[in-house]
Amino acid sequence: MSFNNLDTLYRQVIMDHYKNPRNKGTLGEQSFSVEMNNPSCGDRVQLHLLVEDDVVKDVKFEGEGCSISMSSASMMTTAIKGKKLSEALEMSKIFSDMMLGKEIDETELDLDDIIALQGVSKFPARINCATLAWKAMEKGAKEE
Amino acid sequence: MDVQAIRQQFPILDQEINGKPLVYLDSSATSQKPQSVIDAVDSYYRFANANVHRGVHTLGSRATDLYENAREKVRQFIHADSTAEVIFTRGTTTAINLVASSFGRSNLQAGDEIVLTPMEHHSNIIPWQQAAKATGAKLKYIPLQPDGTVTLDAVRETITNQTKIVAIAHVSNVLGTINPIKEIAEIAHRHGAVIVVDGAQGIPHLEVDVKELNCDFYAFSGHKMCAPTGIGVLYGKRELLENMEPIEFGGEMIDFVHLYDSTWKELPWKFEGGTPIIAGAVGLGAAIDFLSEVGMDAILEHEQKLAAYAMEKMRTIEGISIYGPEHRAALVTFNLDDVHPHDVATVLDAEGIAVRAGHHCAQPLMRWLDVTATARASFYLYNTVEEVDILVDGLLKTKEYFGNVF
Repeated sequence: MSFNNLDTLYRQVIMDHYKNPRNKGTLGEQSFSVEMNNPSCGDRVQLHLLVEDDVVKDVKFEGEGCSISMSSASMMTTAIKGKKLSEALEMSKIFSDMMLGKEIDETELDLDDIIALQGVSKFPARINCATLAWKAMEKGAKEE
Repeated sequence: MDVQAIRQQFPILDQEINGKPLVYLDSSATSQKPQSVIDAVDSYYRFANANVHRGVHTLGSRATDLYENAREKVRQFIHADSTAEVIFTRGTTTAINLVASSFGRSNLQAGDEIVLTPMEHHSNIIPWQQAAKATGAKLKYIPLQPDGTVTLDAVRETITNQTKIVAIAHVSNVLGTINPIKEIAEIAHRHGAVIVVDGAQGIPHLEVDVKELNCDFYAFSGHKMCAPTGIGVLYGKRELLENMEPIEFGGEMIDFVHLYDSTWKELPWKFEGGTPIIAGAVGLGAAIDFLSEVGMDAILEHEQKLAAYAMEKMRTIEGISIYGPEHRAALVTFNLDDVHPHDVATVLDAEGIAVRAGHHCAQPLMRWLDVTATARASFYLYNTVEEVDILVDGLLKTKEYFGNVF
């Protein structure tokens, strides 16, 4: 593997989300929060969700971790904002499939930048980094 | 010491990873295994496999002899008085848990103190937290110096007459700090406390003489010293072990079993309930033979050279933070500015270099260092100065790569 192969992991758009995270911060009192750790490496994502009538009105995240976990949190929050919880969960399923290297229909849902993370599936040690924020969202949806 | 000749005895090192020669710098997580250890395990299963301490048949005797020979090799290696003081366990974690659950819970009372340091691995913290919760004892930590060492003054100020147990790493798996065990043991003993040493990162690299250190317990894992995973040792002073109750009950560890009560075998077997990791013990014996033949002095000298060279070279990288003291075991824990350690490890892996990234099972120490994670390059007898150069080169490329993508 050369650094060219690394480019399949570290796409420009991923680095952009890492350097300039979208939806970083907290929400007001009406929101609720869930936290998810990756105990094997110490990465942490805290999600703040504002859900009304089963729709994600707003979402923000805090946390620390590597470029993959933080950019994935940034992309995930961007993607699910305004979506129904059921749609967000469906996206999470598609994302999991993508990480498993399965063929996905990218037109099915508005995955946007997320498709850039497809390369992570070729780096098995990093898949948990990419799925951390999605798992936090699933946990939040369950609690909601 | 001829490093190239040593490398040839480790078949796993002779391979390419991602098109580059493997540079294995994660021996503090687990060491690689020489051919002699692989052969010993293979030969055990081909010619001697049977259960130990039971069979009247020939294989039963062969297996028992091999298993008990391995115990004798451990005894000699650590300079213990008797094989009664050498208990085979699954690893360091199991060994420390045995001390905490047996000795700890029966000797601790409310108000007693267990003294630790913030540099401990989780496996030398959590068993004591649990023992403290069960008994009402409390945990105290010896404060660290800014360079990640402990001073004997700090030890003296922390250990009191209420202290019953001092539990400390021989060598820190993150900082590389080599703790003055003998001196700390003396202070602990003066206050009537016992000292439990987490030797997981000590014994692979340093000559260990448990009598010279005068430690009460010394726990270690085989897999970090060229032996297979799944085998470890708890050394304990005989008079302490005699008065401890087993924590695992069943076959192998009993003397007489009656309907309502049972008695235990003598040491060390009373602590070895169930069929043990026989092949692992045989492999550990072979690893001890291997290390002894190379010589622990020669290994330490080689590693000290590697550590000094790595520190010198890595320090020249702009934007690197290196954690821990100047005088250290052969490992360097570090961070590169603006690159998360996972990303460092992934880019290095693309260059064939294996390093560890994360919290290294030392979350309290990460908080003390005020970082969430670090990367760690750890060396062993088979590593070379050329590999340090490859690492430094890889780190420069990592910086360049992440500099470009931003």
